[in-house]
Amino acid sequence: MLSRTASNLFWIGRNIERAETVARLLEVGSRNALIPNIGGGYRNEWDAVLQATGKVEDFNAKYDEAVQRNIESFLFFDQDNPSSVTSCVEAARESGRIVRTALTGQVWDALNSGYQEINELRRTERSKLSISDLVDWTTRHASLVRGAIEDTQLRNDGYDFLYLGFALERGDATARMLDVKYYVLLPEVGYVGSGIDNYQWTTILRALSSNRSFNWAYGGGVSPAKIADFLILNRKSPRSLITAAEDAMHHLDRLARAYGRTTEAQTRIRGIVGELCETTVDDIFDEGLHEFLTRVINEVALLSGIIHEVYLSGETR
Amino acid sequence: MPSAFISRKNVFGLRSMGQSKTKPSFFNEMIDGGTVRAPYRGLEGWSRDMPLDLRTLKQSEAEKLFRRIGITFAVYGEGGDPDRLIPFDMFPRVFSGAEWRKLDMGVKQRARALNAFLADVYGRGEMIRSGRIPARLVYQNEAFERAVVGIRPPRGVFSHIVGVDLVRTGPDEFFVLEDNCRTPSGVSYMLENREIMMRMFPQLFRENRIAPVEGYPAALRRTLDSVAPRKCEGAPCSVILTPGHFNSAYYEHSFLADMMGIELVEAADLFVEGDFCWMRTTEGPRRVDVIYRRIDDAYLDPLCFRPDSMLGVPGLMNVYRSGGVALASAPGAGVADDKAIYTFVPEMIRFYLGEEPILNNVPTWQCAKSDDCAYVLDNLSELVVKEVHGSGGYGMLVGPRSTKDQIALFADKIRENPGNYIAQPTLALSTCPTFVEEGIAPRHVDLRPYCLVGESIELVPGGLTRVALTEGSLVVNSSQGGGVKDTWVLAE
Amino acid sequence: MRLRVDHETTYRFDPPMRGVVQSHRLTPSVFEGQQVIDWQIDVGDAVRGAGFRDGAGDWVETISVLGPVENLTVRVTGEVETVDLGGMLKGHRERIRPAAYLRPTPATKADRTLQDLAHDTKAATGGNDPLALAHALSHAVGAAITYTPGQTEHDTTAAEALALGHGVCADHAHTLIAVALCLDIPARYVTGYLFASEEDGGHEASHAWAELYLPDLGWVGFDISNGICPDARYIRIGSGADAREASPIRGVTQGMGAEHLSARVSVNQVAQ
Repeated sequence: MLSRTASNLFWIGRNIERAETVARLLEVGSRNALIPNIGGGYRNEWDAVLQATGKVEDFNAKYDEAVQRNIESFLFFDQDNPSSVTSCVEAARESGRIVRTALTGQVWDALNSGYQEINELRRTERSKLSISDLVDWTTRHASLVRGAIEDTQLRNDGYDFLYLGFALERGDATARMLDVKYYVLLPEVGYVGSGIDNYQWTTILRALSSNRSFNWAYGGGVSPAKIADFLILNRKSPRSLITAAEDAMHHLDRLARAYGRTTEAQTRIRGIVGELCETTVDDIFDEGLHEFLTRVINEVALLSGIIHEVYLSGETR
Repeated sequence: MPSAFISRKNVFGLRSMGQSKTKPSFFNEMIDGGTVRAPYRGLEGWSRDMPLDLRTLKQSEAEKLFRRIGITFAVYGEGGDPDRLIPFDMFPRVFSGAEWRKLDMGVKQRARALNAFLADVYGRGEMIRSGRIPARLVYQNEAFERAVVGIRPPRGVFSHIVGVDLVRTGPDEFFVLEDNCRTPSGVSYMLENREIMMRMFPQLFRENRIAPVEGYPAALRRTLDSVAPRKCEGAPCSVILTPGHFNSAYYEHSFLADMMGIELVEAADLFVEGDFCWMRTTEGPRRVDVIYRRIDDAYLDPLCFRPDSMLGVPGLMNVYRSGGVALASAPGAGVADDKAIYTFVPEMIRFYLGEEPILNNVPTWQCAKSDDCAYVLDNLSELVVKEVHGSGGYGMLVGPRSTKDQIALFADKIRENPGNYIAQPTLALSTCPTFVEEGIAPRHVDLRPYCLVGESIELVPGGLTRVALTEGSLVVNSSQGGGVKDTWVLAE
Repeated sequence: MRLRVDHETTYRFDPPMRGVVQSHRLTPSVFEGQQVIDWQIDVGDAVRGAGFRDGAGDWVETISVLGPVENLTVRVTGEVETVDLGGMLKGHRERIRPAAYLRPTPATKADRTLQDLAHDTKAATGGNDPLALAHALSHAVGAAITYTPGQTEHDTTAAEALALGHGVCADHAHTLIAVALCLDIPARYVTGYLFASEEDGGHEASHAWAELYLPDLGWVGFDISNGICPDARYIRIGSGADAREASPIRGVTQGMGAEHLSARVSVNQVAQ
């Protein structure tokens, strides 16, 4: 397969997943913002959402205040922000157009109609759109694309590159989403374990659509340790880091088999999966949640770079 | 020399709009002398009985289908909707088997002659030596590439896809408006228009015996594979080279690649090493044998053509010239479809093939010749004037449809650079029934069939019919508000 | 005359490039005026390929280097036996018709001044003898543009050089081509080497001049910078419509690095 084709497929996966993540972050922000500001000292919740996207500077350059309306503009509608839902949906559709021949009609349909719909949304009066409308639309669009891929795409190397994109972005997103929590809480250690804290943890689960599954898995009773375990180490959780890592490993292994060649990417993902398998929640809190997550985010970036080098850049001989 | 022009004008029994002061008459392809012509009989009831609401429904269904498959068309420099649809008119344009047989022979004849001409001008130059065409017109032509001189491409083919633009002025009168030897576009519309008509009106296809066009991609693939260079080992690897997804014809490039099952590459996907051209894949370099390039000569190779261009594949021309890869079409093929060369195509047919032209040229005045130029300037209000190197309906004057000021302005341009213009009589283009707001009305049409030249020469029975949707308009270009129709050839 | 050439071109890229592709026109022409005794082109680790003789009779080859590329050295060494043919290109096989050399390029496009120079010179000579006219044009250009290194750039056009009144061999060649084209005389740019003995002094061993196509004589070279037609001290390499097209090395690099170019060339007479 052309390296450029593989690259576009990979980025379709990443962008669709990223659109969903950003929409879920919006939801986290809007729910957290509902809690009365009794603590006085902690950060603005919207600020934390911005931190999680890594786009604080871009935001500050264009908007005055980190209030809901501005954040919503920035994260959902803003075409200058490459991580906004609009940008991601457009980029995924554009990638789809470029590699139209590598996609089935249904997948293209899903990407293309999403693009048409988001343009409709953009033309709609903002007062008529609630944040939950925007979030719902985005998750629905992502599910549609994923479903079309799962149902119709040939199980060839292109399929693996699509899913590598999803897996890497999801790992990165879960790590960042957890890091939002870290930012919300840590400066005022006194709040850890308080009522607000639990409410906010629950919000994260809810934003990850994991609230109910968490309760099924752990029988209620929210604690930082349980949540960390669920979102980092639990294979049953669709969004845990280990699930994302094992997904990525699965597709990298398929590529190695199909091409009859193992690369540094396979070696690297084995290292990541191996480490996650042996880690316990205690280890993570000993290291420091933030430190651990930062390390994971860097590992994912590194792996992404290696995949680019060995498969997507076309420089391989 | 006005008398010569008059006789030239009449030599083909041409119906020219300029000739009479009364309202011009046009050949209506469906209704002639009050009766429905045979090829259109199968459409008579269909069109008469279609209720307006059904028509509206079908029209919007067609538009949805076009948009869904993403077949849109970007117009350069106009802003607005970047993904504009070319209007699709559901009323088909129909040819009888007998009519088509003549077109088929005529188009193939022309494609053979144009290729013989290219092989000649990049070879020994016999036609020029014989004095049948001025050396200046060929060698000083901007489309002539010195870099191609001496190359003998596989099977001697320089232009592998020849699009011939035809107009009709009477039951048996067809004229070639221009040839397209570089990379004629629009064939995806021929295929998609048919696809959509079959989906929307299956009964029409049951009731009429319509020759299929769906074999085109396979024929194109065969053509490309058949011109693989001698150095090619095993099954040829053919690819389509596109300028990229911002190009207005990107959909077509991607559509054709998909239908042929070959890779769609951009210049950056290709590189040159050793004697060959390679593409970058996830498994390492893969050799490319045939490149159907949909980019202009100037952007093929910065080492040979524009050094300032970041586009192109550095070294590609050297690999091509040393026989490591085939290019369809060959760089420099444009010298054959130049509007100044066009005049000589009938002579090419006689010279290279020893045959009489089956399809006629439209009589053309070369403003480069002072006599012609004087005639053109005197008769601007009756002529169509085109830029020699222009395309897409830009930079042209349709005399009868222009104001005095526009004509005066254009006259200045001609005087400034006469060599840049040719003129033709304003042809009485035939009309085909077309769905318009008030019902069905005649609109002017042209036709572009796509001839494939490789190991064999092939023409699928059909083409792209373009229709000028504005009442009375003779400009069918999509960039100027033209639409498209499905083109039927009835089986005999 | 037997001449020995040693020509080394070195490119340094900082930061290194992702890749380099070059088209080389570095092999002496085949005609009665010169015979190659030995000719080597060394490009180090670069991959060579796609060699062919083009329509103008030049041998062209491609090299490519996969990055990171820090340095690239192209070294040409060899010996050529030359004879003086009074500038005529006898016995040179080429397929491009002279008439294909009548179209100006941006470098050789004539402005009003060039057109006047061409037509005035023609009027002064009477214009009946093509060879005399060609010489007259050469003299006129030589008189109008004084050989002065460092005043013009590689992309200076004929019109600009004429306006400036100073230039080097490339400007002389471009200008002669421009005026020849005004008079419908096919003309082209030629690159090669020049052996300049101590007493000749000054001129660079890498050289360029113009060829004009004259009825009965064929292509004839005119070196305005030295005021003569090429003789046995000249080695002819290749031709093109202008300096860019005739360039011995044309390259494209991929990457953001800056290119530093240095060249060393010597042409010596070999004692026999």
